[in-house]
Amino acid sequence: MTQDSKSNAKQNLILVGNGMAGMRTIEEILKLEPEKFNITVFGDEPYGNYNRIMLSPVLANEKTIDEIMLNDDDWYKENNIQFEKGKKITEIHRTRKEVIAEDGTAHPYDKLLIATGSTSFMLPLPGVDKYGVIGFRDIKDVDTMIEAAEHYKKAVVIGGGLLGLEAANGLMKQGMEVTVVHIMDTLMERQLDAPAAKMLQKSLEEKGMNFLMDHQTEEILGDERVTGIKFTDGTTLDTDLLVMAVGIKPNIDLAASAGIHCERGIVVSDTMQTFDPNIYSVGECVQHRGVTYGLVAPLFEQAKVAANHLVELGYARYEGTITSTMLKVTGIDLFSAGDFHGDDDTEELLFHDVASGIYKKLIIRDNIIVGTCLYGDTIDGTWYFQMMKDETNISDFRSTILFGQAHLGDAGHGDETRVAAMADDAEICGCNGVTKCEIVDAITEKKLFTLDEVRAHTKASASCGSCTGLVESLLAHTLGGDYSQAPSKQSMCGCTELTHDEVRDAIRKHGLKNHEEVRRTLAWKTDDGCAVCRQATNYYLLCEYPEYNDPESRFINERAHGNIQKDGSYSVVPRMFGGMCTPQDLRAIADVADKFKVPEMKVTGGQRIDMFGIQKEDLPEMWKDLSEAGFVSGHAYGKAMRTCKTCVGDTWCRMGTQDSTGLGIKLEELTWGSWMPHKYKLAVSGCPRNCAEATIKDFGVVCVDSGYELHVGGNGGIKVRVTDFLTKVDTEEEVLEFAGAFAQFYREDAHYLERTAPWIERVGLDKIKAAVLDDEENRKKLYERFLISQKPAQIDPWKKHAEGVDAHQFKNIKITVEA
Amino acid sequence: MSNWLEITNLESIPVLGSRVVETDSIKIAIFRGKDDSIFAIKDECPHKQGPLSQGIMHGDSVTCPLHNWKISLVSGEALGVDEGCTNVYESKVEDGKVFLKLS
Repeated sequence: MTQDSKSNAKQNLILVGNGMAGMRTIEEILKLEPEKFNITVFGDEPYGNYNRIMLSPVLANEKTIDEIMLNDDDWYKENNIQFEKGKKITEIHRTRKEVIAEDGTAHPYDKLLIATGSTSFMLPLPGVDKYGVIGFRDIKDVDTMIEAAEHYKKAVVIGGGLLGLEAANGLMKQGMEVTVVHIMDTLMERQLDAPAAKMLQKSLEEKGMNFLMDHQTEEILGDERVTGIKFTDGTTLDTDLLVMAVGIKPNIDLAASAGIHCERGIVVSDTMQTFDPNIYSVGECVQHRGVTYGLVAPLFEQAKVAANHLVELGYARYEGTITSTMLKVTGIDLFSAGDFHGDDDTEELLFHDVASGIYKKLIIRDNIIVGTCLYGDTIDGTWYFQMMKDETNISDFRSTILFGQAHLGDAGHGDETRVAAMADDAEICGCNGVTKCEIVDAITEKKLFTLDEVRAHTKASASCGSCTGLVESLLAHTLGGDYSQAPSKQSMCGCTELTHDEVRDAIRKHGLKNHEEVRRTLAWKTDDGCAVCRQATNYYLLCEYPEYNDPESRFINERAHGNIQKDGSYSVVPRMFGGMCTPQDLRAIADVADKFKVPEMKVTGGQRIDMFGIQKEDLPEMWKDLSEAGFVSGHAYGKAMRTCKTCVGDTWCRMGTQDSTGLGIKLEELTWGSWMPHKYKLAVSGCPRNCAEATIKDFGVVCVDSGYELHVGGNGGIKVRVTDFLTKVDTEEEVLEFAGAFAQFYREDAHYLERTAPWIERVGLDKIKAAVLDDEENRKKLYERFLISQKPAQIDPWKKHAEGVDAHQFKNIKITVEA
Repeated sequence: MSNWLEITNLESIPVLGSRVVETDSIKIAIFRGKDDSIFAIKDECPHKQGPLSQGIMHGDSVTCPLHNWKISLVSGEALGVDEGCTNVYESKVEDGKVFLKLS
């Protein structure tokens, strides 16, 4: 009966377990190759696939079962999936490649996916089989609890962990009197340290929850139904319902009985394959690199990897997930991740304000965050967590890190960042005008789990990205328990699984020379790529090969050498080195403006003149006139070196210490025209009063009496960031060498569309110092490479186009249509 | 109005690039794919009328330069989760010449 998998006929894929992990894998497969398999899904619950994260809100009366369904019956039909609802698989015949259902029917497979999940671990106590003793894992458990709440009064939850507290909170919302019994003396000991746990317990007690800490249960009392429990110290406690939430255990019985290697879970490789090459497994039943996961977050990555191998793409790898914890109890903000206890080799940063109920702890090893535990104010949880995953060196800002990212200069949001407390109509994304309410509705109605999904559906955080932390917090608050954090490894775009660094390394290692070679060698999913990867790859290629250029892979601004405006017209900004100009220069610009009837002009912050509203067809003629008057392109449109701002300097200013304008001109002459990962600005101030604002530029020079201070990594953009001090030098020649070397290191190391400020925060100032400051030989090599790439870059693109290069793009084809 | 109009030589359109055809009343973007296939679409994004001709082309779609909407060059419809549609026109290549039908 098994189909010949070598023929063109579809293969049979069987999924056992209709939960989130398995179904997410099916969805990923449908995205990659919808026609590859005949898919059959077996689930022993009488429901479609539902969002198990949301069971706690259902219990707390905040959601209904219908609202948490992810795939209803129609979905299976629409996608031609055979759904065997409520049919349990009891046996796997690996030699015959069949699964046997409890009704005795056999179903052949070519590939089998096991996603049997986990069940509540029930303590083996006398009386555990009485009515009213349940776990907290599925819809049935929730139904039992809701029903019990209608007829009974008292409930006991054994287990003071995440699940136990969410169950207790839900039962309380159902009107029951709830006592949490915990064997340890603090709550959530695997996620919280003692001070945070005490604060949590206090808040929950204020909500009416009772606790019996340090109590071990010995026996469950009652006849048919539970009436109470007895502890090891001989005392007893009356109850009508007993919920066990002491842990979960992977469901491995089916796999183990078929002889598939299992330990605590079903053992899988980095490809999510079991020891049988035709059988894959994902979710909570799985043991990967010795770890089993009881959270939902890892399954999104696992599902991607399993799907990648099932459709035989064969390159994705699952490398484990660092998980974080948030408690889904309204009004309680709690976040924890990693090693929050620390050891002899770690240091601890601590902020504890009892009166305002705020506790923040970071565990640091060698200036890298290894764990965090936050209570009361968790907005920076995702930020700390990201730095932990990225292993960011925090030495530059460890004195302020506990005050959060807002303190680092997120001017847009400041203190109003506690999302839970925000009004529904509060604007989260200022770029696209998206409110809290719109995001929350999209998350629940469209069933979104990841930041990327929220971006696609609402546009929130999709433009400048400064609200990303807020959106992630909203996701966490809306989904609760464990939502899917942005994966630690961010792929460049949907066309590839590879990261920016991986693509770049491959270009260097394999000497890839053009777009086609990159996409072919690295197995791109799309023939031509997309707007995102084409622009990034184009930059990486031209950084390696300064002569390289593929106009069709550049954003229109860099193709047309002007800034596209919202009406489709362009702006023109001629370069004025160091902001200096002559009457002839100004007259020439005025003549051009007259001749082409420029509707509006403006003096820019970069000390030059912007002409707006130019039609594309006029650009080459205009450039010709400007070029003849001695101007070159100002690159005000490009991911490129923009301007070098200067102050008056010692030529005129009574405070000036050096010739800041002269140095500014030299710097601009050195760097103009260079393509960068993002826009790049310089400034030179003639004295520490810093009139040229050099300390919010990518590369800033502050002149002092004894020489020149060099500052890097500042910007005045979305998030204002003041520069880091790099070093002080004595001569203008050294300034130029450092300017070129730093620019080149940024060009070679940063990701495309990453400005120097976030780049330095990501890689750490030490790395930059090591490359540019400490290693003189390396600095000279960087400078030399910069000068080499400047040769083709400083052929003025305006002059080139005025002389007819690429003329077609500026000329429309005019036709008359006869009526 | 339903006649084929000769527009230009295929070679005058860059691969994965575009030219703009302008009549008295309308602007149409003509794109050339990697396999020399030709697409003609009204030069207005359904979102905020951005000039699609200035976008980056990939496969049989284009990304609008103003707000990154992806538009199918075959159907004129917005792709992904965005919703909207713009006009497309019939086009063909014969003997290296590009023809367009404006009906």
